Amino acid sequence: MPAIQSPGTEEIHPDVALVARAREGDAAAYEQLVRQYERQIFRVAQHITQNREDAEDITQDTFLKAYEKLEQFQGNSKFSTWLVRIAVNESLMRLRKRKTSKTVSMDEDVQTDEGSIPRDFAEWRPNPEQIFDQNELNDILQRTIQGLPPGFRTVFTLRDIENLSTEETAEALGLSIPAVKSRLLRARLQLRERLSRYFRQRKEGQPA
Amino acid sequence: MNCTDFLSQLTDYFDGQISPDLLSEVRTHLAGCSHCQVVLNTTRQTIEVYRDNEVYEISDELRERLHSAIMTKCLEKKRA
Repeated sequence: MPAIQSPGTEEIHPDVALVARAREGDAAAYEQLVRQYERQIFRVAQHITQNREDAEDITQDTFLKAYEKLEQFQGNSKFSTWLVRIAVNESLMRLRKRKTSKTVSMDEDVQTDEGSIPRDFAEWRPNPEQIFDQNELNDILQRTIQGLPPGFRTVFTLRDIENLSTEETAEALGLSIPAVKSRLLRARLQLRERLSRYFRQRKEGQPA
Repeated sequence: MNCTDFLSQLTDYFDGQISPDLLSEVRTHLAGCSHCQVVLNTTRQTIEVYRDNEVYEISDELRERLHSAIMTKCLEKKRA
């Protein structure tokens, strides 16, 4: 079996050993990897597709595909990034099938800056958590992210919600680093602008 | 530095990947521009509100169901 990571001074990620065991047929090792990442994969799929049934199917398909392709995992990237890449591809495929959006390709460069130019300059006071209860807040956050083009919300999900680095996001999406940065900026600014409608500081006497 | 230049540096600024020279320009601009201060604060809050509130948290029940389905399919694959 080829070495999946060359020995070096870098600390070896614990997943590397689990992947090696899973490749040799150790189902318990693979099960541990599934446990570690099933929540994340579900969240990513749900954020991209905005559809719970799709997210459930994608979560299953992602881990099944990864299991089948375990031999192809080179260990150049983190196992989790590799999984996310599979999940993103599956999610974009679902979106294309549903054709609910015009732009479902990650490499499509969205040229328009519409919505990315700040127009609302009110502070958010008090904090959103202090104005809305958890259900209302979740509803606002869901509706707002749904309105973003899929390419933008995917980058925002990976970078800002799942905490992937710019490099990992670029790798998972097959995008260049400048493309990730540009989408991330526009995603953040568009979300900020839309959320400002709900969260902006109100003048006295102004209804919420 | 004007407001457009400031916006173009926002991502690197949040990531702490900005050169010292640019950082000092960003700070000078911020000190004199209340609009960009608001954009900076509320963009930070945008990131935080999504990070702190798991919009699509999976229930334990669904997680178990998905987990069993995944492992059953993988083991079937292994036997095939």
